[in-house]
Amino acid sequence: MSEKIKDNKTEQNNQEQMALDDGRRVKVLSPGMMVFKRFIRNRLAIAGICILIFMFLFSFLGGLISPYRQDQVFYKIDSANKEYAGAVVNTDYRFVAVDGKTLSTMVRATFNSQVKGKAGDSVTFTADNNTYTANKVDENFYIITSGEELGTVALLGKIVDVQAAEGKEISAELNAAAADAAKAGQTSFELDGAAYSLTRDVGKNYKLGVMKEVALATMLNVDTADPQYSSVAGSYEFRRNCETAMHAGETSFTADGVTYTLEITSETDASVTDASGNAIANVSNIIVNPVTNGVILPADYKDAVADAITNKKTSFEYVNANGETEKHTIQMRGSTYIISTIQQTHLIDMYAEPSAQHLLGTDDHGMDVLTRLMYGGRISLLVGFIVMILENIIGIIIGGISGYFGGWVDTMLMRFVDLFNSIPYYPMMIIAGAIMDSFEVDPYLRLYMMMAIMGIMGWTGVARVVRGQILSLREQDFMVATEATGIKVSRRIFRHLVPNVMPLLIVQATMGLGSIILTEATLSFLGLGIKYPLASWGTIINSASNIYVMTNCWYLWIPAGLLIVLTVLGFNFVGDGLRDAFDPKMKR
Amino acid sequence: MWKFIVRRIFLAIIIVVLGSFIIYGVMRAMPTSFVESMARQRAAASATTGGPTYQEWLEQLNKSYHMDTDVVSGFFSWLGGIVQGDFGDSWKYGVPVTQKFGEVIWHSVILNIITLILEVIICIPLGIQAARHQYSGFDYGITVFAMLCISLPTFFLATLLKYAFAVKLGWFDLYGMVGRYHEQLSQGGKILDIMHHMFLPVLTLAMLNIGGLTRYTRTNMLEVLNADYIRTARAKGLSEKTVINRHAFRNTLIPLVSYMSYLIPSLFSGSMITETLYQIPGIGYIAYDAMVAGDLPFTMFYSMFGLILTQISLMLADIMYAVVDPRVRVN
Repeated sequence: MSEKIKDNKTEQNNQEQMALDDGRRVKVLSPGMMVFKRFIRNRLAIAGICILIFMFLFSFLGGLISPYRQDQVFYKIDSANKEYAGAVVNTDYRFVAVDGKTLSTMVRATFNSQVKGKAGDSVTFTADNNTYTANKVDENFYIITSGEELGTVALLGKIVDVQAAEGKEISAELNAAAADAAKAGQTSFELDGAAYSLTRDVGKNYKLGVMKEVALATMLNVDTADPQYSSVAGSYEFRRNCETAMHAGETSFTADGVTYTLEITSETDASVTDASGNAIANVSNIIVNPVTNGVILPADYKDAVADAITNKKTSFEYVNANGETEKHTIQMRGSTYIISTIQQTHLIDMYAEPSAQHLLGTDDHGMDVLTRLMYGGRISLLVGFIVMILENIIGIIIGGISGYFGGWVDTMLMRFVDLFNSIPYYPMMIIAGAIMDSFEVDPYLRLYMMMAIMGIMGWTGVARVVRGQILSLREQDFMVATEATGIKVSRRIFRHLVPNVMPLLIVQATMGLGSIILTEATLSFLGLGIKYPLASWGTIINSASNIYVMTNCWYLWIPAGLLIVLTVLGFNFVGDGLRDAFDPKMKR
Repeated sequence: MWKFIVRRIFLAIIIVVLGSFIIYGVMRAMPTSFVESMARQRAAASATTGGPTYQEWLEQLNKSYHMDTDVVSGFFSWLGGIVQGDFGDSWKYGVPVTQKFGEVIWHSVILNIITLILEVIICIPLGIQAARHQYSGFDYGITVFAMLCISLPTFFLATLLKYAFAVKLGWFDLYGMVGRYHEQLSQGGKILDIMHHMFLPVLTLAMLNIGGLTRYTRTNMLEVLNADYIRTARAKGLSEKTVINRHAFRNTLIPLVSYMSYLIPSLFSGSMITETLYQIPGIGYIAYDAMVAGDLPFTMFYSMFGLILTQISLMLADIMYAVVDPRVRVN
């Protein structure tokens, strides 16, 4: 207890030692500190500071944190039930000519009109001044033969004169056989397995011809299992022997000296394998074509389609080259079958809704909106600061000179300021934007140009403030003192006058920053400012001039607009707070 | 006073001429002008019939549009026309510039007058109330609201309003000054139709300007409320109503009237962005279209009009201040 009293006493003693006007008694704050204290007491200003800190972190750190690049385009996989292939049951004859020969369209047409639907094992018809015989092997399978002129046979009473045609030779046996046949009045005969024909020409003259296979007509279609077999399966002998065997119901055939195994699924469907079990080709009356050009359908797919159609199924499963099972559905449309399947396509992920990957969705270029906003914030803020600094540099120099020197210099410069001030802002910017558009200026260069133009158009306000302030400060005593002590003019202006103008300038600059950001956003919105691939908040909102985006994609333009409003609001709050803090009398 | 006004007018004329010259020079610097694109079109159209080539069209058109001169003489020939009252024909609209201007200016003026009246009705009471209850919750609310209005970008506010009222609620049309069936309406119906379409633009413009005027009123009212004569009035025992309405408000009117007179010329200048977004055929929208198309006579006319308006408003501000406040006149 006593000790406490003692302590109190010593304290009192200490206090008593201080004089009433002792400097330590009055807590003196520096002017800067006082401004700061007044500033942090202003709740709105603190809110403004918080907003601005958030905006800076969002723009400058956000870009680093964001997993995406500013111009990264996103794709999506879209699956849709798309038509994949079409199939028809073949009801037309297809013609395969003997290797090295072609069958003229005339012959094909004549065959179709004369032979189709006619009963009988063989039908003879004439086309292109030549006689053809279609030998029916089986239903819908004909082998067409034609007589090749070998010579003439003239019957003169008992004498038979056989003359070979130019470049042909007639063997003695054939000569005798032809003579016999002519005497007997036969129109065809066989010799050593070959068929010959005698066609009456003029009077008792006959033309001797040898019947040769020229083509086959079938309704079946051969698809090679692999492109490497296309020449093998394309040969006439292969086709002929294969189909003959198929119609005969045999399980193997030989063509071009190779034996193949034939597996018959149905009357119109079979597959061919070679001795080592490789699938060579597939024979079917169903023709499968891809819907899109450039797609090659594998033979096993065609086989699967043909199987499904033959068995009248409406869907089938197919294991594709990647080992995935695809489900295909078959629809009948007219006489064709349409086979469709779920197909996946790579698309630019435009106007995607907000999701975990893209918190604010994607824009019309398929870019992440949130990332664009972060990088856009950098540009918006940078434009604001650089233009503000530029305006202040020009404004301080011109206003300072004008205010300090006064007289005719002042008058001249102020008229210059008036001139600049009255040039309509937006027409000027629109023309400037149009000029840059037509020169196709690089987006980065355009950004700098725009900052320069905005700075040049906007410095007059600063110049006026500086001039007005300096005019009044010039008359004050401390300036008289600087003059008396002989300080250099430049030093007087920039060391003694300008710092006194600073508080007002800082307030103006802070408020100005907001309006510069607004102006830049407006210009970008009009398409006169920042260009793709760069973005600013204004260009991002620009997408809302598209009605579809405006009505359906709020996440594209509302966040950008809110960011602009908040940033400008932040600068205005801080500017307002600074003004109150610098000059408390003004408001109170 | 008169000497000052005459000097001011003389200066204004010089500024208008110089400012026009700058705009003219910049316009002529555009590499792809209206004339060039027109020549390209005509050359493409006449290419099949073997008509004049692009170069020939260009020369011919340049001549007829007086673009074949250099910038300085081109400007002076344009200025010569102005002095004789000939502003030329608009390239884009194909009618005399003044005729087009006369057609559209009233849309802008009506829009701006309604907006201004609305602003005054809203802002002055709000500002006075905020000043009377300084640092109250109401005052903070008004401050934040006013700041928010100042911070709103025009295009964002307009798009937001359109989204809310036209798309979501469907109360208004997205664009235009008249509805689809405007011609079939009666006289009264036509006026109602226009008013209906003017609602969103007026709201947009009013919201953008409310902030500034409210804060201006508040600041000036505060200044007046702290003046000695208000203390005297209160000390006399006058009712609060009398103090505010008779003593304080009347003195607040001085800066307000000067501020408003500054606004009067801007009634004619149109609001480019709002009009463009709502496609109101006012001077702002029409001029924007003309400028984008590179229509030199119309752009020059609009710019010159803007220059003159700025000069008039500066002069009005000076003169009105003297008219309203006799103390200024003495000095």
